[in-house]
Amino acid sequence: MNGDWGFLTPEFILVGAALAVWSLDLVLPDQRKGLLAYVAALALAVVAVASATQAGLSAQLFGGLLRIDGYSVLFRMLFPVVGVIVCLASTDFVRRRLTHPGEYYGIVMTSVLAMMVMSAAGELLTAYVALELMSFTFYVLASYARHDLKSNEAGVKYVLLGALSSAVLLYGISLLYGATGATTFTGIADAVRQGSALPTVFGLGLVLVLAGFGFKVAAVPFHMWSPDVYEGAPAPVTAFLSVASKMAAFVLLLRLVTVGFMPAAAEWRPLLAALALVSMVVGNMVALAQKNIKRLIAYSSIGHAGYLLLGFAALAPGASLVSNGIMFHLVGYGASNLAAFLVVIAVSAATGKEELDDYDGLAQRAPLLALAMAVAFFSSAGLPFFAGFTTKFYLFTAVVQSAPALLWMVGLAAVMSLVSLYYYLVVIKHMYIHAAEGRDRVLSPVALSGLLVLLVAVIVILGIYPEPLLNLIQTASRALFA
Amino acid sequence: MLMFIQQHALTLSIVLPFVGLLALVLIPSERRTSIKAVSVVVGGLSILLSLYIFLAYDHARGGFQFQETYPWITSLGVQWHVGVDGISALMVLLTGVVMFTGILISWSVDKHTKDYFILLLTLVTGVFGVFVTLDLFLLFFFYEVAVLPMYLLIGIWGSSTDFKTFLRTKEYGAMKLTLVLVAGSVLVWVALIAIYAQANIGSFDLLALAKTGFSAEFQRIFFPFLMVGFGVLAGLWPFHTWSPDGHVAAPTAVSMLHAGVLMKLGAYGILRVGLTLFPEGAHAWMPVLIVLGTVNVIYGAVSAMAQRDLKYVIGYSSVSHMGYVLMGMATLVPAGVNGAVLQMFSHGVMTALFFAVVGSIYQQSHTRDIGVFEGLAKRIGLTGAIFTIAGLASLGLPGMSGFVAEFLVFVGTFQTYPLLGILGVIGAAITATYILRLLAKVFFGPLDPRWEKLHNLTALETVAAGILVFFLVYVGVNPGPFLRAIDSGVMPLLVRMGELL
Repeated sequence: MNGDWGFLTPEFILVGAALAVWSLDLVLPDQRKGLLAYVAALALAVVAVASATQAGLSAQLFGGLLRIDGYSVLFRMLFPVVGVIVCLASTDFVRRRLTHPGEYYGIVMTSVLAMMVMSAAGELLTAYVALELMSFTFYVLASYARHDLKSNEAGVKYVLLGALSSAVLLYGISLLYGATGATTFTGIADAVRQGSALPTVFGLGLVLVLAGFGFKVAAVPFHMWSPDVYEGAPAPVTAFLSVASKMAAFVLLLRLVTVGFMPAAAEWRPLLAALALVSMVVGNMVALAQKNIKRLIAYSSIGHAGYLLLGFAALAPGASLVSNGIMFHLVGYGASNLAAFLVVIAVSAATGKEELDDYDGLAQRAPLLALAMAVAFFSSAGLPFFAGFTTKFYLFTAVVQSAPALLWMVGLAAVMSLVSLYYYLVVIKHMYIHAAEGRDRVLSPVALSGLLVLLVAVIVILGIYPEPLLNLIQTASRALFA
Repeated sequence: MLMFIQQHALTLSIVLPFVGLLALVLIPSERRTSIKAVSVVVGGLSILLSLYIFLAYDHARGGFQFQETYPWITSLGVQWHVGVDGISALMVLLTGVVMFTGILISWSVDKHTKDYFILLLTLVTGVFGVFVTLDLFLLFFFYEVAVLPMYLLIGIWGSSTDFKTFLRTKEYGAMKLTLVLVAGSVLVWVALIAIYAQANIGSFDLLALAKTGFSAEFQRIFFPFLMVGFGVLAGLWPFHTWSPDGHVAAPTAVSMLHAGVLMKLGAYGILRVGLTLFPEGAHAWMPVLIVLGTVNVIYGAVSAMAQRDLKYVIGYSSVSHMGYVLMGMATLVPAGVNGAVLQMFSHGVMTALFFAVVGSIYQQSHTRDIGVFEGLAKRIGLTGAIFTIAGLASLGLPGMSGFVAEFLVFVGTFQTYPLLGILGVIGAAITATYILRLLAKVFFGPLDPRWEKLHNLTALETVAAGILVFFLVYVGVNPGPFLRAIDSGVMPLLVRMGELL
């Protein structure tokens, strides 16, 4: 048992660093506190490297509570990287609005910690605790702009609905335990396979757990909180929330479903297919009517949650192509979404505005920002050279390969991509075709511009030659189906 | 070096414009002349390379040549597999010709020059990619690459049409074109995914998939997806309306490339993917396609007759001429299909020439209203002569490429559907009517004093027009080499269909 702790070195580094950042905030003079962003980013980068050194390991810690394998290694690398980007992108917001930067960065780090544990969790209560830790950090982060009414509203909404969803999830977990007598994912699977699970109780538990996750990934009909919270929360927080928290919830769900629920596939597959269907239709259709850029992205990412859930609905024993596709799309869409949000961060920092009209003539006012936004949106719409084309193609092909009956839903998803292309093009029209008409130039901080160039490069590379990432993903898939 | 080009000619044809656009990214946007010069060099190398590919293709041997295969996305079975047969070799040549002349014509673009040429080369990369790849994933990839830059190219550099009673903004044209084309590619996408899952060999390789053989029922269900999906880009009636609106709104070089080459991607897709994989499906659906193609011919020609905007005339005439391509293809007999492929080449060159000339006139006069032009040939004789040549090729005058191509299409149609053949000939007669009327109105007669100041094509435009005219006439008087190349690609397809049915 003692040897198990060593596997958690990255997590320990992160906890230590978060505590250090909090403490430093107390001792550093005010004008030096800007440094904390870089301290936090550096620590997160170290954590990512520390996770990377665990590649190739395969271990079950504490009797299966946590699993260190190809799957968790991949995401314990990715989440800290997202953390680095969020910390560096937040500097401007933090300097202007917050008196205690250390507090903010420490919370971001704690949030990353929770996500890392989620990707490694192999047991329901561990998973739940990690999920709650993540949710708590976001309750604080969402309402961080204390003097801003909208931010407060966002915080309250998120707390209330988040708490409700947590309660639903926890109740579901208790029912699953009641039905199967196990909380480890493998234990649940074994109980179902041997037929020792109580069918009704198990089914009810399953529905509640999936509903809980539905809240976390903002799938229709559990999506109501997301546009309001996205709109109200400070832009860097929205970015973090939209990219990382959803990814973490999907990562946890993927392991839970493939390892824990696979023998009961017949029960959850129609549920997830239904969620996928309504999410992609409602998300994309409602996005058409949005005038606020954050709400537009919020609804479009509801649509993307639908595509991912469609992948889940096609999961079957040994269907590693599907899990590859889900992870691939998670990463590819995550990168595109993050790039789009970095642009939103820069524009709202410079102008304080977030309506589509405020993006008029952005191509002249800030060519790099407009280009990055265009790339991010073309990618999200699924056009090549960009990540979104390849990831969607991969995911949809895998879905039909594994479950040919879902071809019509893939067709619908492709049609919804077409719908999304329309509203993305509208934004591009504002940026490239509408005149700037006396709107000011937008200067973005150097760090942010650098991150955008990097993300655009990542989006293009994933779109053209994704093989290196797919190798990692395949290792992760093998761990899932081991 | 030569060895290297020989072995990697097709990969190079894709990589060359792509590297060109990356190079443009690095040039500061104020240095317009450098940007244009780099683009012209890239275009020049591309046309040389495509000439080499066409001339070096050995049609006596036939089959797919210049093949290269590298693993790409292994878990999905995607390969970088390129190769050309006689059909695609000719299409590569067409792309080279139109893209080079298009770049020459674009020398006058001074608004956001850098962005313009980057997007133009993106378009070209996509087109070359579609014609040379033999992997369905990559084919679709490049197909979408070719659509991607259109919105910005039309939206930023395009022009609106305003006749008071008839207003079409460039934003409208751009949005319509992009959405309709992507809607078509959604159908193609679904079909490709279904093909992959049905064949279940873990590969997107066209040649490997062709060997698996799909059930007749599957073919009959999914052939229309390909036919309509690709057909949208080929201007298939009734999904053609994006084409006049889009081509009219687009800047000159983009109209040239789009009407000249991109519409061929659609027809090529039906031929390459549809006929290769779904011979029985094609056999079952071709009667529908030939009827729609005939409607294209007649409807396009009649619509062209009614237009007042010079570019709309050409836009609708494209719809009409693409109808011959669809008709010829749908006959499924050697003469018809050969004619269709030659028509793809012929129309591509011809329509590029049309748009180039109209672009030059519009740039100076700022109007395209046929009603206000009169006697232009008195002032700009060279321009008038070139427009006349394009017009004569369009109406199928013997000695021009259009004659050979349309003649073959008619032969094929009369062998299979004589009634539709008659309608096709009537379409050609209508074409002659509107082309001759247009020539008479715009170029001949007394010169309207408003147009005293017009000047002829610039030197670069003349070079571009000269290249296009050369191909129109050369194919017309010596179609042999072209037809032999086409035939070497068409016959195996038809023979295979014959065996299977």
